[in-house]
Amino acid sequence: MTLGLINANPVVHAKKERVARSEDPHADDAVDPLEIYDHVRDIRDPEHPYSLEQLSVLSEESITVDEKLGRILIMFTPTIQHCSMVTVIGLCLREKLKDCFPPHFKVDIKVAPGSHADEESVNKQLNDKERVAAALENPNLRQLVDECLYSSEL
Amino acid sequence: MAELSELTRHIESYVDTSRSPSEQVASLRAITSLLKKNLLPIEILVREMGLYLTSTDSVIRCRGILLLAESLDCLSSKPLDTSTIHSLIIFFADRLADWKALRGALVGCLALMRRKDGVGIVTISDALAVTKSYVHNLHVQSLAQHDRMLCFELLECLLENYPDAIVSVGNEIFYAICEAVDYEKDPQCLLVAFHIVELAMRLFPDLYGPSDGIVGEIFDTLGRYFPIHFTHPKGEDVDVTRDELSRALMFAFTSTPLFEPFAIPLLLEKLSSSLPLAKIDALKYLSHCTLKYGADRMEKHAVAIWSSLRNIVFSSSQEPVLSFDCESVDGIGFSDDDIAKEALTVLEKLFMQNSVLFLNLIVNDEDINLIFDNINSYMNFSNISLQSKRKIHGVGCILATAARSTVFSCNRIFESFFPCLMNTLGISILKPSDNMSPSGKHAVSGTLNFGALYLSVIVLEACRDLTVGSAQVASFPTHETFCCMLERFSASLARDFISYVGRGNETSMADVFLGVKGLQILATFPGSFLSMPESLLEYILTALVSIITENFQGTLSWNLALKALVNVGSYIEKYHESKKEISYMVVVEKIGSLLTAAKCMMPYSRKLEAVSEVGMSGRNYMLKVVPRLEEAIFTNLSDLYVNGYMGPAENTVRLLECYTNKVLPWINNSEGFDEVLHLFVINIWNQIECCKHFSTRTEEKDIFEATMKTMKFAVSNCSETSHNAIVQKAYAVVSSCHFFSWNESAVNHVEMRGLDISHELKLSIRDRWVLSLFASVIMAIHPQTRLPDVRATLWLFMEMLLKGHVPSAQALGSLVNKFGSKANGQSTLDEAMDIIFNTSISHADSAYGISMGIGDKSTMNLADLCFGASNSRLLQINAIVGLAWIGKGLLMRGHEKVKDIVMILLECLSSKGGRHLRQDSGQENCEQDVSSSVMTYVADAFHIMMSDSEVCLSRRYHANIRPLYKQRFFSTMMPMLQALIIKSDSLFQRSVLCRALAYIMSETPLVAVLGEAKKLTPVLLDALLMFSKDNLDKDTMYSLLLLLSGILTDKSSQEVVIENAHIIINCLTRMVSYPHMMLVRETALQCLVAMSMLPHSRIYPLRTQVLQAVSRALDDPKRSVRLQAVRCRQAWSSSPVTT
Repeated sequence: MTLGLINANPVVHAKKERVARSEDPHADDAVDPLEIYDHVRDIRDPEHPYSLEQLSVLSEESITVDEKLGRILIMFTPTIQHCSMVTVIGLCLREKLKDCFPPHFKVDIKVAPGSHADEESVNKQLNDKERVAAALENPNLRQLVDECLYSSEL
Repeated sequence: MAELSELTRHIESYVDTSRSPSEQVASLRAITSLLKKNLLPIEILVREMGLYLTSTDSVIRCRGILLLAESLDCLSSKPLDTSTIHSLIIFFADRLADWKALRGALVGCLALMRRKDGVGIVTISDALAVTKSYVHNLHVQSLAQHDRMLCFELLECLLENYPDAIVSVGNEIFYAICEAVDYEKDPQCLLVAFHIVELAMRLFPDLYGPSDGIVGEIFDTLGRYFPIHFTHPKGEDVDVTRDELSRALMFAFTSTPLFEPFAIPLLLEKLSSSLPLAKIDALKYLSHCTLKYGADRMEKHAVAIWSSLRNIVFSSSQEPVLSFDCESVDGIGFSDDDIAKEALTVLEKLFMQNSVLFLNLIVNDEDINLIFDNINSYMNFSNISLQSKRKIHGVGCILATAARSTVFSCNRIFESFFPCLMNTLGISILKPSDNMSPSGKHAVSGTLNFGALYLSVIVLEACRDLTVGSAQVASFPTHETFCCMLERFSASLARDFISYVGRGNETSMADVFLGVKGLQILATFPGSFLSMPESLLEYILTALVSIITENFQGTLSWNLALKALVNVGSYIEKYHESKKEISYMVVVEKIGSLLTAAKCMMPYSRKLEAVSEVGMSGRNYMLKVVPRLEEAIFTNLSDLYVNGYMGPAENTVRLLECYTNKVLPWINNSEGFDEVLHLFVINIWNQIECCKHFSTRTEEKDIFEATMKTMKFAVSNCSETSHNAIVQKAYAVVSSCHFFSWNESAVNHVEMRGLDISHELKLSIRDRWVLSLFASVIMAIHPQTRLPDVRATLWLFMEMLLKGHVPSAQALGSLVNKFGSKANGQSTLDEAMDIIFNTSISHADSAYGISMGIGDKSTMNLADLCFGASNSRLLQINAIVGLAWIGKGLLMRGHEKVKDIVMILLECLSSKGGRHLRQDSGQENCEQDVSSSVMTYVADAFHIMMSDSEVCLSRRYHANIRPLYKQRFFSTMMPMLQALIIKSDSLFQRSVLCRALAYIMSETPLVAVLGEAKKLTPVLLDALLMFSKDNLDKDTMYSLLLLLSGILTDKSSQEVVIENAHIIINCLTRMVSYPHMMLVRETALQCLVAMSMLPHSRIYPLRTQVLQAVSRALDDPKRSVRLQAVRCRQAWSSSPVTT
């Protein structure tokens, strides 16, 4: 862990307005990117008291979902190229989605192409089941992830 | 002397700063009460306090003066003589110089200055002394907030109560004000400060010459506060809002026209601010300033104001700049852009004030003229860029505002722009000889030009608004220029508009919209202004009608045309345009005749919509339309009776629905339709009376039900007097039917022959119609209505309900609900009950009745039938259903006889009733089946009794409803049913009892049930599990679940919930996957969230079970359920952390 903040002065964006879904009882309620986005947009950044949405790490467009095949793909954009927090953000996303969706969904989490210096290895690490499991066994990491997920600072 | 020593004690305690505040308040109170009771003259007090008032110790002096001031403050209504007041005020005025003890001096001055006339007030010369002392001694900005506030209040008080004193001080006061207000930041102080400036400026209306500098200086101080930017956190104890401050500042700005040279440039500068709030404020101030400063002063800034306002209007940032749909047909404008709206308000005020100047500005404006020069680039709506749309919309709004403001400006706008627009559209003045026929395929004279069309429509609309508004004010010069121009162009304009609409398919929606709107505007010009030939109005109306009748494929143009027609109708009705009404009546006739016109290809639903909408635009039109509708109903029905009706059945249903759902409610709200309704009902009966044989087609259920509903609605909307006649008529028809077996001579022993189910089928179709319609009439009448023959009616309904005719049962329920006491010679409720319960009923196959030992005759009564005294299971069920409706009628009026009915029903449920059947038959299984289904009907009876029915016994049908009857019934039934549940010996019986109790619970208000939560929770859970097995009782199940959630969230029932946590969770986890209703799953999950708040030790063992159930819900097909599931899962999985 480096001392001090990795990105000391991030650009903060406005929160987008939450659109209330129409109350149509016969609507097709399949899982869509917005639903996933609504679950993850309020995850706190590991470094700053802002949500991933405010830091533009995530957007609705960066999420794709195929309900039939049961696949979710999230591409997120770290605020700076050398961000060492990408793995923590990835862990948070994975944990959150595990809570919010049934286990038959296969979740892929990647950094957006070209947004990180170490893109390939990061992607590999994020989708490695055993490394994810091991990371979450680490009490320090676990605590950090929980703080991000259930933080009331926002 | 004792008093004096006590007084000294009080004074000392107040002055001593080491005493607690409460002690000080107490001593102040003691002193003022002495003063009030005249036990202590104020002079003595002053003398006693002498030392404190003049002490060299500033702390003691301060407290002393404050004590005197505070006690004076409390004596505001006690008369004091002039010399006392004089010496006191001089003292306080003098003390204003003593900055160390200022508080007391300020409070004292204020207390004295605020005194009312009649109890002794400060003289002007004394006020002058105060003012002078104030001006010389006070440095307001160096004081703390509270003292500043007092200073401001003192000055405000002086300005309000002693203007003469202030005037004689002269200009000096302004320097004092400037000094005081400058850099003030406290909102409360500012509010007073703004008011001070406003008052002061009013006092000196003519500050001229050397004082000019003062005005500038004051405005300089004031102007810094504009625009008010107020970011005080809400939690603090400031009760001043930004709006209040802004308004106070606005009044200060406009207090004198002298501010004009400073204020207007400042406001104009702020108009270009990027803060929307500043813009709106500046516009508001500007319109207020316009009124207050006067035309002469504003003239100087006209050009600057005009150009900034124009820019604002042009750059208005509303996204869909021009939207054309049905909703906006009432007015084209900025939907919710406050800034542009405010700018147009300012413009309107300026136009009213100085029309000539501003009109010149508009007419000579380069931007506007540029648009008119390039109007050809606005040919087609879809090709115009957003920027241009904004521009043309802005121009439209400006022109409309100008035209709407005064007659003069309207003339000017017409003169300057109208010919150009007409030219562009290619409209020439039509010669009277020209043939005006809408159907004729006139050559399209105009060129297609959206921009010109839009502008002309919007100007016309403004012009119409102006004339309609001033038509109320009689003094309006006729034959204005614009009227003459319009008269010349109206005919060709109308033709052009029609051609735009006619090209509906090829042109964009905008053109159709504008065309229809133009027609509507032309038709709604007041006759006194625009002497439009009647033929033109007819021409327009015919065009609109022809759109409706011919162009029914185009949804937009059809809807628009109908809406325009309706608007024209309501305009004529509202302004009593008698000439136009004649033409419009023709339209109404034409639309009305659509219903019966076989040739017209229009879809029936469209026809109905057109007819009902046009009818609802005015009372006179409705009077024309209703007979048409009724005529159509009669033709359809008679067709149906005789020929089996050739047309599609749904048309009749639609017609009846339109009549009941749209027309009847409208009629209900307006007067003068009683006769019409009465005749309608009577005519339906006449029709049925005449027609002796019905075709088989008549059996169709939809038509049958719709007719019943119409009958009920129509009757319930009739007056009480016509009810009597209607019932007479209906009864006459019913009694002529052959099923009506009432025999006057055999009153006491009427036999019902052949009472088996096969008999029901013998009831002919006509008989069934007559009977059902009669039942409908009975359901809808007023309680006061006289029935021709009550006994016969009761008999009839009794017989029919036993044959399974449910409307008869409902009518019987309504009858017992509405019976009065023995007032007007009618039979009373008791007699009716006697007939219902004690009539002996014989049955063809009643061997069982004998073996029961009821008597040696083969007779039984209603109760026996319910117990299954006859062998026919269907008869038993019919009796139970009938009993339920009768019970409902009694229950709603709160009659005690309902107990008897409940006892019969309970008897059926209890073991004895259940066993009757089982003992008797050899085939055990079969009989148990019968018995079980019968018992289910008994449980359903409670549902009928408790639930609100839409069919009968509601407020609409004049039912007799006692307040809180549901609570009452719940509290009597609950213990009984519970006792039965405990005693019940079979599983099935228990489930039926549970079901009955569940029906009662689900309809009872939550508050009543909460009190019994402890006893009810187990039953509630049982019932929930029982209902979850099928989808028949979704709604009851949902309301039970809501009840459960009410119990879970209520504090008082916490204990019960903890006790039963295990079974509640068991039940809820099953509800989570209830497949038939989403709301049930969602509510169950919410209940589980509520359960997670329980003590950790109690719910921990259940955690795994809940989490498993919830994780299944994560995969629910409905999104809202999934969201609840996530929430629930989080609540349960994080619970170990929180506890």
